[in-house]
Amino acid sequence: MIRVLTAGFYTTVQDLGRIGFAHIGVPVSGVMDGYSAQLANQLLSNDKHDAVLEITFGNATFLFEEEQLICITGANFLPKINDLKVALNVPIQVQKGAVLSFGKQDYGVRTYVAVKGGFKTEKVLHSRSYYKGVTKGSWLQKGMLLPVEKRSQFVTKTFSSVKINEAHFQSNRVCCYQGPEYHLLSEFQQEQLKKITFTISKDNSRMGYRLEESVKNDLPSMLTSAVLPGTVQLTPSGKLIVLMRDCQVTGGYPRVLQLSNYAIDVLAQKTTGAQFTFELVSL
Amino acid sequence: MSYKLTYKPFGEQAILIEWPSKIDPAISKDIIAFQYAIQCLPNTNIIDSIVGYSSLTLKYNDDSRDVDQEIALLKSIYAKPILKQGTVNFSWRIPVCYEKEFGLDLKEMSETTSLPINEIIRLHTASTYTVYFIGFLPGFLYLGGLNKKLCIERKSTPRLQVAKGAVGIGGSQTGIYPNTSAGGWNIIGKTPILFFDIEKETPCFAKPGDEIQFVPISAAEYKVLEKQVLANTYVINKTAIR
Repeated sequence: MIRVLTAGFYTTVQDLGRIGFAHIGVPVSGVMDGYSAQLANQLLSNDKHDAVLEITFGNATFLFEEEQLICITGANFLPKINDLKVALNVPIQVQKGAVLSFGKQDYGVRTYVAVKGGFKTEKVLHSRSYYKGVTKGSWLQKGMLLPVEKRSQFVTKTFSSVKINEAHFQSNRVCCYQGPEYHLLSEFQQEQLKKITFTISKDNSRMGYRLEESVKNDLPSMLTSAVLPGTVQLTPSGKLIVLMRDCQVTGGYPRVLQLSNYAIDVLAQKTTGAQFTFELVSL
Repeated sequence: MSYKLTYKPFGEQAILIEWPSKIDPAISKDIIAFQYAIQCLPNTNIIDSIVGYSSLTLKYNDDSRDVDQEIALLKSIYAKPILKQGTVNFSWRIPVCYEKEFGLDLKEMSETTSLPINEIIRLHTASTYTVYFIGFLPGFLYLGGLNKKLCIERKSTPRLQVAKGAVGIGGSQTGIYPNTSAGGWNIIGKTPILFFDIEKETPCFAKPGDEIQFVPISAAEYKVLEKQVLANTYVINKTAIR
C-alpha cells in the first residue's frame, strides 16, 4: 500500500483508458502523456496496461507502507525520497516507511509514478482511469491508501538512467493531420492554421485546451458527430479547442485538425501561456 | 443499403463514414444496420464505433493497418444486402414528473411560447422520440421527434448545476441529463430513472434505434419510484418495436 499524504493540485490514477465504451458516451480518458507513462512501465518491465499515477504540477507526497520498486517519468518536479534527490527515468527501490515528495518545477507539467506490478485501484469498464461519474474518485484525496501488489523480495541491483528525448518537452511544433472538415476551410483559413503561433489559454484541462488566438470562421454549423482525443475544433467565435484524453465522444463544431497520437503526448506537457504551431503532415 | 457514403481517415486510428448531412430516421436506421454488419466481422481490429446523426466513426487498435484496404473492405460490406436484422430495439416508457418543484422553466416557457403549461406537458408526452445516438455525457441520449411548437432557444445564461434526471428542451432537441452537470437547456421536469448506472452490467439501457415515450407522473409517484430505483427493484416498462 502507498498512502497519499498530500494529494497535490490534481493527481489521478490512469492507465491506457477505457476502450470500447464510446457508444454509451464514455470518454477514453487514460494517461495524458502516453510516451512518458509507457516509459515508466517499460523501465519496470510492467505490462503496458498497468495503472500509474499522473501528478499535475507536482506538490504531492506519498508514504510507502511497504518496500516498492518505482519509476518516475514525465515532468521533472525535483523528486525526493526522504529529502534525498532521486533521478527520473530509472527504477528506484523505495524502503518501507520512506516518503516521496516533489519540489519546484524544472520542466514539463505532468509527472508519472509507476510501481512494479501497477496500482490496483478500482477497475470500472475495464479501466482504472479516473473519470468523474464513472469511477468513484475524481482525483486523489489526502489520506487515501493506494493498493499495490505486495513485493516478496527485491533483487538489489543498480539501474542506469534512460536518456529521454528533450524535444518531447521543448518542441513547439505540434504534428497534425487534416481534420474531417479541413477541406471546408478557405485557402486563407488553412494558411492561418499553419502560420499562427497559438498560445494555450488558462482554460486547459484533461478535457481540452482552449487556445487564445482566433481564426476567421464562416463555416456553417454541422450535425453532431464523433470527436476524438486530439481533435481540434473551430468554435463559432473563431477560437480553437484541442480536445484531450477526457473529451466527450461527440461534438458539433467543425473538426479542422487532428493531432497525431504522439502530438497529444507533447501537448500534455504544456500549459497556460505555452506557444506552439501546428505542423500539418499527410497521413 | 443505398446511400452514397464518403469514407475518410480521421487521425491515425479512425475512419469516418458520412451519410448525406441531415437528421432523418431512415439514415439513422441505415447507420445502425451498417454498424451491426461491421460488428459481425470476424477477427476485426475495430475497437469502438461512434454513431452521429449522419456519421459512423470506427476506431481501430494501435496496429498499423492499410487505410485504403480497410475502406475497400467497408465498402464491400455496405454493398451487400443486410441478411439479418440487428439486435431488437425497444420502446421505453419513461416516467417524468412535470410538477412545479421539477419543471423549473415551465412557467417561463409558457410565457415565451404562449402555450399553457398543461399543453406543453401534453405535447411533450404525446410524441415518440427516436434515440439517434449517445454522446456528450455518459448516457446522454440524442433524441429526435420534438414537436416544433416546443422548440425554444437555450437559456441565455446556463445553470451551473442541472440535477441528474432533469428533462429539458434546448433548441429543437429534448433530452435527459444522465448526471449532474452544468447546462443551458430549459428544464421542464425530472425522471427518477437512471440513464447511466455504472453498477449495471449495461450502464445505459437505451441504444440507437430505440424509442422513448415520456409518461407524466405526480410528485408523490415520483417519490415512490425514486425509492424503487434506488433499491434496484424498478423495472422500466418496455416493448419490442421489431
